[in-house]
Amino acid sequence: MSRRTAIGLAVVPVLFLLAFFVWPVASILATGLVEEGGKAFTRVLTNERLLGVAWFTLWQAVVSTVLTVLVAMPATWVLARFDFRGRSLVRAVATVPFVLPTVVVGTAFLALVGPSGVLGVDLHGTVWAILGAHVFFNIAVVVRVVGGVWGHLDPRLEDAARSLGASPWQTFTRVTLPLLRPALAAASSIVFLFTLTSFGTVLILGGPRIATVEVEIYRRSALFLDLPAAAVLALLQMVGVVAALTAYSRYQERHTVEQTLRPVQETARRIQTGRERGLVAGILGGTGVIVIGPPLVLVWRSLTAGGGFGLQAYRALRSDALVPVGAAVGNSLGFAVAATLIALGVGLPAAVLIAARRGRISRWFDTLLMLPLGTSAVTIGFGFLIALDSPVDLRASRALVPIAHALVATPFVVRASVPVLRAVRGRLREAAATLGASPARTFREVDLPIVSRVAAVGAAFAFAVSLGEFGATIFLARPGGPTIPIAIYRFLGRPGVLNFGQAMALSVLLMAITAAAIMAVERARFPGPGAF
Amino acid sequence: MKRLIAAMAALAMLMPSCTAEEPVVAVVAHDFFAVSDEVIALFTEQTGIEVRILRGGDAGLIVNEAVLTAGNPVADVLFGVDNTLLSRALEADLFVRYESALIPQIPDEFELDPHVTPVDFGDVCLNYDKSAFGDELAAPATLEDLADPRYRGMLVVEDPSISSPGLAFMLATIARFGESGEYTWRDYWADLRANDVAIAPDWGTAYYGMFSGAGDGDRPIVVSYATSPAAEVIGAEPPIPETSTAVIRDGCFRQIEFAGILRGAKHPQNAELFLEFMLSIEFQEDVPGNMFVYPVRTDAELPAWFGDRPSEAPPGLSPEEIEANRDRWLTEWADVVLR
Repeated sequence: MSRRTAIGLAVVPVLFLLAFFVWPVASILATGLVEEGGKAFTRVLTNERLLGVAWFTLWQAVVSTVLTVLVAMPATWVLARFDFRGRSLVRAVATVPFVLPTVVVGTAFLALVGPSGVLGVDLHGTVWAILGAHVFFNIAVVVRVVGGVWGHLDPRLEDAARSLGASPWQTFTRVTLPLLRPALAAASSIVFLFTLTSFGTVLILGGPRIATVEVEIYRRSALFLDLPAAAVLALLQMVGVVAALTAYSRYQERHTVEQTLRPVQETARRIQTGRERGLVAGILGGTGVIVIGPPLVLVWRSLTAGGGFGLQAYRALRSDALVPVGAAVGNSLGFAVAATLIALGVGLPAAVLIAARRGRISRWFDTLLMLPLGTSAVTIGFGFLIALDSPVDLRASRALVPIAHALVATPFVVRASVPVLRAVRGRLREAAATLGASPARTFREVDLPIVSRVAAVGAAFAFAVSLGEFGATIFLARPGGPTIPIAIYRFLGRPGVLNFGQAMALSVLLMAITAAAIMAVERARFPGPGAF
Repeated sequence: MKRLIAAMAALAMLMPSCTAEEPVVAVVAHDFFAVSDEVIALFTEQTGIEVRILRGGDAGLIVNEAVLTAGNPVADVLFGVDNTLLSRALEADLFVRYESALIPQIPDEFELDPHVTPVDFGDVCLNYDKSAFGDELAAPATLEDLADPRYRGMLVVEDPSISSPGLAFMLATIARFGESGEYTWRDYWADLRANDVAIAPDWGTAYYGMFSGAGDGDRPIVVSYATSPAAEVIGAEPPIPETSTAVIRDGCFRQIEFAGILRGAKHPQNAELFLEFMLSIEFQEDVPGNMFVYPVRTDAELPAWFGDRPSEAPPGLSPEEIEANRDRWLTEWADVVLR
């Protein structure tokens, strides 16, 4: 790739990130440091309640992470080590919670353990509801990331340990666990980051007394209009995220384990004894209840809201009394299409560039593109509001919503595309050239099909991300222009059975649209070494 | 060719000045804004202007939202800024100055600033469920009673940082107990907290969700409006002979709601017409039945079931005083109550 092509590819992504990421973050920095002459920092750091919020944010993230790993490990083991009918279906089902929008997860847990929840205990406003939702949401991360490695571990190592007299537990702790440690660290750090910056779930389930830093940034800015304090909190949060990411990459550098990976087909074995069958059934059944239970309860209660079985809650959505639901659905779909186009326009050139060039600049560029992923959505939304009034006043523009969504979605597009582009493109192009294809023909018949396939996967990802996005949207959606998640949140904020029914009905609707988008991803996905 | 371009350019420059405003007016309002369809239809009939109402949450949220996008608003008129939020809006230069021809019809006490037009007012007061009190335990009569252990676990209030009646009640406690001395408003709230006060995110959740007198809640005392008991009677299905809830006059706070033309509005002339309409007798007389507050015009007739206008205002705080201290008070409140 020529230098000129590389620069050409870099222009759009770099400008996009400068305008919509670097500039807003710089504005937050300026607001936090400069306004009030820096006093905002001392004001925040000496406020007992805010320190309490920071401490709560940290410990709930640690506890959520530990619980998630503990709950997910048995099912991860079963899915990695046993071969049985319907295994890929079970794996797909385990991924369902992860793709659900946070607002839907919050609503589902309200239906489950809220006031008048089916379990009969009201955990709304307690940390238990939040921990439960976090575990539910993140099981898929452990199953996919740890399971991905576990399924490739050579079982002969364990067999060797067993034949030398080690008990199953010794084999697990001395052989398997050390080999899994890098994958466990990766999964834990992803879960930790997600739960550290958890917003929608905490906002819905936490009640007025429980807040994470994310929720507090929202409250400070949108409710108190205390922008300096919100900016300081956003900065503290960014520092926390960067520290966590750095610690993780240090750990990975030091603890990478060299090992021979085996194809999945060779490591999994059939279920042999009746005891094994019981164990596998028990583990999958238990995990299944945790994973499928909340969405099922949501669907069930949306159909029984307002007495009797039927579509009352869905019909009520047409009344438009509080929130224009039809407009919200239209907005969500329109924003998702726009966000997808922007994310592809920014992400694909960047992915092609990163895949084609190796070396420092490419790595630096890669990191730059990943930064928005480490920045919380709330921070992005907040940054947009305080930064984008000059040189062009975009604050009231409807375009801000899809731009923010695209910013969140672009890293997914890049992550989904780069490995495929790297793995396939070089080899196939060489083969085509060897067989005598002209460069134009190589492009048409090799590059184009691959890029469009990759684009389809990225597009579906971006679409799903945009549909469920809540943290940035709550800042940027204007009155009269809500998205589906915003409409759900508005219904949840209103009393009465029917409003809650409408929130649940709309959640089911959003779940269905998201599932359709994700199914498109699974169809377009390449067989082979795909990224998570 | 050149001449054609010049002519087109000249035409393009003239365009904005010769096209009249689109016949629409966009009104951003809080969720509890309500007006009869016939009354809105009357406005459209009279002026040919279509009304778009955008509801954006509670009053505090829509005002903050407007402040954050000041000068580049999504609507032409904002309805629902009250005397507790007014200074914040004025400081942000949210509205253009507009004085209605109908201002002389309105008592002076409501005219706080020429940038906004008063539309209605109401007193935020504690309400109680009559059925919960009787010979064994008398209904509470004062703010102090609420901190009494005998009334433990009975009160639900709205979060003052989000909800405007919640803020009004907090301000009433500040007006009543003051900031200094042996027993400050903070001490009062610490006592309320110790007495298990419940915090609801907004009025609807508190009143219909947690108050026993209007919904299926279990708390017999709630922060609501002086007009709420009357609204219960009129809303009852089947009709009930007398109110099941009553008002505690101690600790009331007067809220005046204003409308204003947003700076940077795309349809400023239509906005003026709409403000005039909000002060018309037709709109003013529609206010009690829809929003359960009093119209500002003294010549607007009230429905019989609604009761008379309250004679004198409860003790309050000035908008300037509120603006200067509100954020600090809210933070202090959160520190005492939400800890």
